[in-house]
Amino acid sequence: MDNSLYYIFDLHKTLSAQNIILVYEGEFTQEITKSVLSMAEKNMESVNEEVSIKKKVFNVMVECLQNICKHSEEFGSNNDEFNTAVFMIGKENNEYKITSGNVIYNDRVDIVKKKLDQINSLDKEGLKELYKSTLSSTELSDKGGAGLGFIDMARKSGQKLDYDFHKMNDEISFFALQSKISRAKLFGE
Amino acid sequence: MTNINLEGTEDTPKIILDGTNNIFEISGRSLPEDCAQFYKPILDWLDAFTPTGALNFVFKLDYFNTASSKLILDILNRLEKIKNKGKEVKILWYFSEDDEDMQEAGEEFSELVEVPFQLESY
Repeated sequence: MDNSLYYIFDLHKTLSAQNIILVYEGEFTQEITKSVLSMAEKNMESVNEEVSIKKKVFNVMVECLQNICKHSEEFGSNNDEFNTAVFMIGKENNEYKITSGNVIYNDRVDIVKKKLDQINSLDKEGLKELYKSTLSSTELSDKGGAGLGFIDMARKSGQKLDYDFHKMNDEISFFALQSKISRAKLFGE
Repeated sequence: MTNINLEGTEDTPKIILDGTNNIFEISGRSLPEDCAQFYKPILDWLDAFTPTGALNFVFKLDYFNTASSKLILDILNRLEKIKNKGKEVKILWYFSEDDEDMQEAGEEFSELVEVPFQLESY
């Protein structure tokens, strides 16, 4: 066996152990977003996933993927180190885990962290109010963002958003974000 | 006025704005890359439109992203303006019966504008 290919076996073991059903690493565009969405949808259809759960997973995926698309644009197209990101979906017996990782400027870290902490401090009603007030008070940014992505992800998830920032150098950090969607039926909700 | 008749795609909705036959409908999926650009002709059309009779505007969306929600609110604000000119305007918001999130989205939009909303499951 060629040892230089051994990492493939390692990668396979890691993905299996983490129950990863789909992973994409590279440049993010609208075309890639559509492909990733389509693959995830086919996967969920093949296991006859509940419609309401499929929709929530789709919803969180779109916000997550389009967030990365919009923010990678600010780094320009010829900077591979900054420009690539990773996106994956894990499927466990009781939940889906939608995870992304991308590079952000250090001066954005506190702003993003504050926003996520605020969202995580709110309950269902609080998130609804924040969504409505943000929707009716903010203009679309020049990147086309409505400032609603994280709020919507938290609402569809129904759980706290997990996040982590890892400082890479004086300029940039790696931002990891995970949303969970329960596969249990929500009776009486 | 020229009618708008857009076929839906995997990331843009089907849109009919037909003043001649009194059909106004947005259906399917809305997650375009640039929402503001995609919806601009729709908003311009509504700005220029004066209905002759009652205007029933149908939303039958399967999915929309958060950037689209901003533009949907812009459309609703245009319809509110038409209503305020003394026209009869009603929003028909359809949601799949197993899609509570789409039902809730309709309820939330109805709280943000002063236009009659009718929520219907299908």
